[in-house]
Amino acid sequence: MEITLNGEPYEIDHPLTVVALLERLDIDARRVAVEHNLTIIKRHRFPDVVIGNGDQIEIVNFVGGG
Amino acid sequence: MNDTPFVIAGRTFLSRLIIGTGKYSSHAVMKRAHEASGADMVTVAVRRVNISDRSRESLLDYIDTSTMFILPNTAGCYTADEAIRTARLGREAGLSNWVKLEVIGDERTLFPDNEALIEATQVLVREGFVVLPYTNDDPIACRKLQDAGAAAVMPLGAPIGSGLGIQNPNNIRIIREFARVPVIVDAGVGTASDAAIAMELGADGVLMNTAIAGADEPVAMATAMKHAVIAGRLAYLAGRIPRKMYATASSPVEGMVGRLTT
Repeated sequence: MEITLNGEPYEIDHPLTVVALLERLDIDARRVAVEHNLTIIKRHRFPDVVIGNGDQIEIVNFVGGG
Repeated sequence: MNDTPFVIAGRTFLSRLIIGTGKYSSHAVMKRAHEASGADMVTVAVRRVNISDRSRESLLDYIDTSTMFILPNTAGCYTADEAIRTARLGREAGLSNWVKLEVIGDERTLFPDNEALIEATQVLVREGFVVLPYTNDDPIACRKLQDAGAAAVMPLGAPIGSGLGIQNPNNIRIIREFARVPVIVDAGVGTASDAAIAMELGADGVLMNTAIAGADEPVAMATAMKHAVIAGRLAYLAGRIPRKMYATASSPVEGMVGRLTT
């Protein structure tokens, strides 16, 4: 199945939680914000929210800016 | 000379200089510049994580969040909706409900879209955000932002990254007179004297990025900016002399050698 991850198509084998996706991407969950189909997922809900086929995921963090 | 503390939305800052984290040649240089500046608030941008290249170090590894307050911005947003969405993500990614709100109206000048800015301010204030909007040097826009619940107003001195200095000093002075919230001159500073002028005009703080990050020696410029902001603030509090067209001698006119006394 395919999801859209930060604007790009991304293949996953089966539905997975936000935590599982972040682990797979080697991303520290404490330093990012995650949007699931335009809804922000609170960090404490990362283990519960399941990502499935066709979902749109945005993962953002802080970068240098003014 | 005693100064009042620099307080925004009930939070006291030690420094009236706020600096950015963008455009540094390396994170290490940024960290040293931050330390030299004495600033205790830095701005950051909210962007997509680079999925394909996870090797890049995290910005936050180079910011001591125990002493430095992080102010996420909505830079690059062109609509109120986009800015609101980015502000919400910044709140989730960070540790606070503060946002440096930018809604840009034009790509070349990066001037703000004030209508959209005011709208976004209203929405975010209702959601409990502490909103610091980057705005034109327009006293009426600043008043509307304040009425919308902005915790400070941040008029530009000149276009972002232009280094032109304070283009409309009189407006900054008027904004200061109108405002009941802190006035922070944001953008346009090129060198230390620009920061000093902003403070001499009565600004409560100055926010800058490029002037430090783009200098040949960012750490030295950060030190210069620290002193400039302190100097400008002191000069403002001290009360400058009035401008006069002609000279007034500083030394006594009496007792000149070789002159006949009357």
